[in-house]
Amino acid sequence: MTLAKLQEHHIVGAPVPRKEGRDKVTGAARYVDDMVLPGMLYGATVRSTIARGKIRKITYGPGIPWEEFVTVTAKDIPGKNCIALILDDQPCLAEETVNHPEEPTLLLAHADRHKLRKAVEAISIEYEPLPAVHTMAESEQQSTIIWGSDNIFKSYLIEKGDVEAVWKEAAYIVEGEYSTGAQEQLYIENNGVIASFDREKGVTVWGSLQCPYYVHKALMALCGLPEEKVRVVQMETGGAFGGKEEFPSMIAAHATLLAIKSGRPVKIVYDRMEDMAATTKRHPSRTRHRTAVGKDGKILGGEIEFTIDGGAYSTLSSVVLSRGTIHAGGPYYWPSVRIRAKAVATNSPPHGAFRGFGAPQSLFAMERHMDRIAQVVGTSPIEVRGRNFLKPGQTTTTQQTIREEIGLDHLLSRALKLSDYHAKKARFARENKYGVLKKGIGIAAFLHGAGFTGSGERYLNSLVGVQAGADGSVRVLVSSAEFGQGTNTVLCQIAAEALGLPYENVVIAQPDTTVVPNSGPTVASRTAMIVGKLVQSAAISIRQTLTKTGLLGDEYTPEQFRVACREYIAAHGPLKAYARYEAPADIYWDDEHYRGEAYAAFAWAVYVAEVTVDLATYSVTVDDFVALQEVGKVLHPVLAAGQITGGVAQAIGFALYEKVVWQNGRMVNNQMTNYIMPTSADLPPIRVFFEEIGNVHGAHGAKGIGELPMDGPAPAILNAVEDAIGVRFNSIPLLPEDLFEALSAQSLDSKASFSTREIR
Amino acid sequence: MIPSPETKAKCEVLFTVNGKTKKVLTHPMERLLDVLRNELGLTGTKEGCGEGECGSCSVLMDGMLVNSCLIPVAQASGANIVTIEGISAHALLLPLQEAFLECGGAQCGICTPGMILAAVHLLDKKPEPTLAEIREGLAGNLCRCTGYMQIFEAVATAARRRVGK
Repeated sequence: MTLAKLQEHHIVGAPVPRKEGRDKVTGAARYVDDMVLPGMLYGATVRSTIARGKIRKITYGPGIPWEEFVTVTAKDIPGKNCIALILDDQPCLAEETVNHPEEPTLLLAHADRHKLRKAVEAISIEYEPLPAVHTMAESEQQSTIIWGSDNIFKSYLIEKGDVEAVWKEAAYIVEGEYSTGAQEQLYIENNGVIASFDREKGVTVWGSLQCPYYVHKALMALCGLPEEKVRVVQMETGGAFGGKEEFPSMIAAHATLLAIKSGRPVKIVYDRMEDMAATTKRHPSRTRHRTAVGKDGKILGGEIEFTIDGGAYSTLSSVVLSRGTIHAGGPYYWPSVRIRAKAVATNSPPHGAFRGFGAPQSLFAMERHMDRIAQVVGTSPIEVRGRNFLKPGQTTTTQQTIREEIGLDHLLSRALKLSDYHAKKARFARENKYGVLKKGIGIAAFLHGAGFTGSGERYLNSLVGVQAGADGSVRVLVSSAEFGQGTNTVLCQIAAEALGLPYENVVIAQPDTTVVPNSGPTVASRTAMIVGKLVQSAAISIRQTLTKTGLLGDEYTPEQFRVACREYIAAHGPLKAYARYEAPADIYWDDEHYRGEAYAAFAWAVYVAEVTVDLATYSVTVDDFVALQEVGKVLHPVLAAGQITGGVAQAIGFALYEKVVWQNGRMVNNQMTNYIMPTSADLPPIRVFFEEIGNVHGAHGAKGIGELPMDGPAPAILNAVEDAIGVRFNSIPLLPEDLFEALSAQSLDSKASFSTREIR
Repeated sequence: MIPSPETKAKCEVLFTVNGKTKKVLTHPMERLLDVLRNELGLTGTKEGCGEGECGSCSVLMDGMLVNSCLIPVAQASGANIVTIEGISAHALLLPLQEAFLECGGAQCGICTPGMILAAVHLLDKKPEPTLAEIREGLAGNLCRCTGYMQIFEAVATAARRRVGK
């Protein structure tokens, strides 16, 4: 079948029904907490109450029948006491010292959850406290060393051109410091797993998770078991956003230890307070820019210093830092640049993966800074961006040559039109002279790299399978997990399209490490582009196997396909094809100098936010939001739009609502009552538009989409706030109390309130 | 959070769930949510926060939309409860469920049962809700995936179809 004929099916690009959708709207979908095994116990975690110290004594309080409980400490770990990930520095259970509040120290299991809760409360741990570090600044001072020799998990240096030479050429030198706070993923389903242990079969874990093979690797190290003795099954997962990338290895490890010791299945499902206090969040960040700008507003070069707070253990900080560092220069051409980045240790629970993965932090800084450059130069936010946009043939900060058409100018002008930017800006300027409601409009232009960074995909070496049954049904075998984003649907669309079969004839296997190969983690906006391409290849191999053996012609009906499958299987056995990732020949990456092709593809976007600042209540409301992006081929229009609206909503929360309040390294507002995410009444119309230019690496020209919408809204909103009231806020979240503090320092009715002031 | 029932004695609670009379022997302070899930096996009702903020555990109790995590089961004695399973008992989906599928109203699905019950409740009161009424009517049910836009569209689509427009 020729490619032209294949495209006639049009399953890709069509709004086919979500594969597991019916189960979700009827309540039949099975999440881990919906599952009960015979003889199952419930597990609970006893956690540290201080930020740093030596464990002196553990007391089991009176009034509890301790003999009824299964108790696990670090001494019960059969293998290595660590959660294997990158550096293996995080213990599964604290043994002699604790390095952050809520650090797991001891595990309990019991059949009765009420008794379990009382038992957890009855355990007290005595500590010899050690000095703790709670801010990036303290960590950088290095007067107290809490990790390694210098409190630094990882640092990167990107150098392009001669930065020293540009300062004297500069017409303007623009400086700024920007910061972002921690953010809770706040998936509505808390972290949870069930583990069981059998001497013959080994460990089985069912869980709410993104990356079955991460958990698999961690449990092998923890239990000292070979790969065939560890089985990980992903249950329906009620939201993840990165929060179930690395953390599930920890909770799975705990349930596994209790299951091994008790000989019974053990379920651990956190309640909301435990989930919020103890699990990972978005890394807080600080970015400093110093930029040399020409008279015409063109960037000549600059220095960017990007720092993130990793918490107490390294976990994924090095990788989050990497993505943030590479995105720090935004979608602009830097003739020269020096980016210094580091992830530092503090005594809080480790920060981890969260949609965007470092990029929302550094891009917030870049896009606020662009508005600052415009002011200093005396031009508009539109002009300054247009003059600096990357163009084909130019290189990024890592010296990756832009080879494809990106059309940022077109995206910008279309976004301005869609949002009626110019007319609104003029109208707001007129109307803002009166009343307490001040309106503003702001933009952000940005990019997001799809797939693992640099040589990452090469190391992952992903494998996917496609299997056809004797009844002509096709099953996609991948470890890529569905957690709302549409993995099941999109990968089945791609396979159906490649095989010329109806969408209904293709299903996807439940991710189970005994059934599916390791197609890599479900992260980094890589599933549609990287895994999708491999599914397409494997599906084409199935077709080729049938045509080569003469069972199928170039064109066929589903019925002919069914007969061919039946005959093939009768003669040769199972009909399966696998495809393994092959790095494109033109991708070059130098890990040491952080130079080269950072990503196989970038998605590009221009977002416009319109806000009202209420000077009576100090609240900021987003009134309208235009999200225009170029993400390559849109594989499913409804799912793609859903990714964007959901990401924008989460990013509005990041900008205006969601504040983690820390006290001695512990989140103290760890409830939905006092950590506020946007409700249906809080959000503007989020208007989503796509441009489809395409990318040769992805299936049907698809790029990544999931993380992109997290990057742009926060700076667009803060740019709009500045447009409304002329006060420069460079730190998020921006809450009413921040506005109150800033504005009450000056007289509201004087003209002074409209002169730009610096607020950090 | 799981409250620890202080009363050791169990009591018998009689109520109607999805049209059927149910009798459970339980602690009076046990949450309705736990009784539905653990005693009656109705796991379509989900726990999100355990404090009445997220609405994932929404059920209809005598026609009112309630958070079942906040209802001690004794309070539900004699009540008529409808869960997601109750409105999914037929082979055909409700127009509302169809619309959720079509418009992308369900992503991860964990808030969906509660969200659909909230929408059922809204459409019962207001068969032709405005967008503002939809926003307000669903404001007690949090969704972290969709940004709500496709949920609004699903509810508006279902409303249009129900009134035959």
